[in-house]
Amino acid sequence: MTGIIYVFPRIPLKAIPMQVRLCRFYSYAVVLFLWLAGANAYATLNIEIFGGGATQIPIAIVPFAAEEKLSQSITPVVAADLQRSGLFRLVDPAGLRPHEPVEVSYPDWVNRGAGALVIGSTTTLAGGQVAIRFQLLDVAKQEQLASYAETVPAEQLRAAAHRIADMIYEKLTGDVGVFSTRIAYVVKQGKKYSLQVADADGYNSQPVIEYTEPIISPSWSPDGTKLAYVSFENKKPVVYVQTLATRARKAVANFRGSNSAPAWSPDGSKLAVVLSLMGGSQIFLINADGGGLQRLSQSSGIDTEPSFSPDGRYIIFTSDRGGSPQIYRMPVAESASRSAERLTFEGSYNVSPRYSPDGKSFTFIHRGGGGFNVAIQDLATRQVHLLTDSRFDESPSFAPNGRIILYATEIKGRGILSAVSSDGRTRQQLSTQAGDMREPAWGPMRRPQN
Amino acid sequence: MGTHAKAAKLASAFLVNLKGNEMKKVVAVLLISLLTACASQTKKSDAEVEDKSVGTKPATEAPRATTEAAPTLNPLTDPNNILSRRSVYFEFDSFVVKDEYKSLVGAHAGYLRSNPNARVLLQGNTDERGSREYNLALGQKRADAVRYAMTLSGAKESQIESVSLGEEKPRASGHDEASWAENRRVDIRYQGE
Repeated sequence: MTGIIYVFPRIPLKAIPMQVRLCRFYSYAVVLFLWLAGANAYATLNIEIFGGGATQIPIAIVPFAAEEKLSQSITPVVAADLQRSGLFRLVDPAGLRPHEPVEVSYPDWVNRGAGALVIGSTTTLAGGQVAIRFQLLDVAKQEQLASYAETVPAEQLRAAAHRIADMIYEKLTGDVGVFSTRIAYVVKQGKKYSLQVADADGYNSQPVIEYTEPIISPSWSPDGTKLAYVSFENKKPVVYVQTLATRARKAVANFRGSNSAPAWSPDGSKLAVVLSLMGGSQIFLINADGGGLQRLSQSSGIDTEPSFSPDGRYIIFTSDRGGSPQIYRMPVAESASRSAERLTFEGSYNVSPRYSPDGKSFTFIHRGGGGFNVAIQDLATRQVHLLTDSRFDESPSFAPNGRIILYATEIKGRGILSAVSSDGRTRQQLSTQAGDMREPAWGPMRRPQN
Repeated sequence: MGTHAKAAKLASAFLVNLKGNEMKKVVAVLLISLLTACASQTKKSDAEVEDKSVGTKPATEAPRATTEAAPTLNPLTDPNNILSRRSVYFEFDSFVVKDEYKSLVGAHAGYLRSNPNARVLLQGNTDERGSREYNLALGQKRADAVRYAMTLSGAKESQIESVSLGEEKPRASGHDEASWAENRRVDIRYQGE
């Protein structure tokens, strides 16, 4: 059955996080198991937004010693990251200020309901560098789970805070943290369109390119070094690929008619693009440098918004071949029969599909009675879950660990970016800047720089 | 022009002495008579200009004068001519050219048929709701639908280019049904306009 079920919070990684002491090797199986175990919990019409804490990990984060003297405090960034994941509930330290393990009175934290405790300190060194130390403590077992120290320049304090949030997240959930990743999006301010890259929480934004004509559909290369996007600077949509480090860019799809909706193949060698070259709007495959044009979809209508499966074998896309826009899946390989299979059946408007990183589900925009909302559909069961109840959501994309979905929405007519945990439990608005924000795309995991 | 200015002066002097309903009536009558006077005046003078130009222009420039057609008689801009209407409106997520626009599209097709050198650009637009990429494709489909209707009425494919602006260039900037309806639209633009 494909009936839509409003999300009841999935039981997240078990309530007793201190026992989740698994090495990475096992963690994936545990996550999968808990995911499946939680699947039976959908059964109600409630939408829990800033969800009840019973199944969230209760964590207390004590402001680090001397962090208030820094240009950027550490712990508010860590707390916001963890909260945005939907798996944590923040416990108020309520006056307690330990900074060293010996200063911790565990019964006090048990009374406050904290399962985990984060303490630490900052020291500003000569020359402006900041030494940061932190400890993650198991309140029930009264022992240390993790500790870490690093020294960073003052302008990298936010980056250090994201790394700390990743360490805490990974230790307590067994899953990979994504707080050090980046996002891309477009800001329209007045008549100016700016494609920007920022940290995953929306801070530290840097312009990639600016024009007085629209820019849409940014798409990260799998290695995170390039962005493909659509620019109207030549009075019609053309697909460009730009290298972030050098700012060098190239028009990779500039055929007669419209060129849009770029999507990278998982190995980064090819791009699926949508061209009106042969009539209609159809999906084609090109090499990442623009050569080797090859038609993929065959319909008389609209086929657009391709998204590769993580194994590169399939593409899901939006098509109106059945009379209304719905999500379809087709194999990429030439040998396979290219017949597309329809995946969505609920409602008359389902668009903007994006595969989850594990390839087991996809997120998309569903138009229901209330508006245009972020939804997620399991590929095996075809079960659909609505994750939002706002009016005008667009452009959902998964975090590289599949736990959070970033999307565009609006408040009072102005575009903003928002994140919803993929269990629908937690929603958080990202820091907004002046202007109209749209077209977010979550980047891949950052590779170590060595 | 001198007579108009004088009339306006007289009229305003006269109006100062009137009030209320009486004044409204007088204003209406005056406005109507002024407007009709202006309209007939303009037509007449423009016609004179046109006559003059055709008559006095050297023979070498004659073809240009005829292809451009007389400005006042230009059916594309004459507000009384259906060809001056340039927008075809659509329902949400629809690319069907509604019956009420068939005569408009047919008239433009007819113009293209009888003016083989005329070229037209069809720009498809959508409202802001939903996917930008889908809307880009939908705008293309709307423009293509108008193009197809025009070719059925005798216009040549080579005379028509259809493009999409999707939801990226809204004419109405509001976030309500009236604005959305205004933006679900194909615009017909002639080359050189």
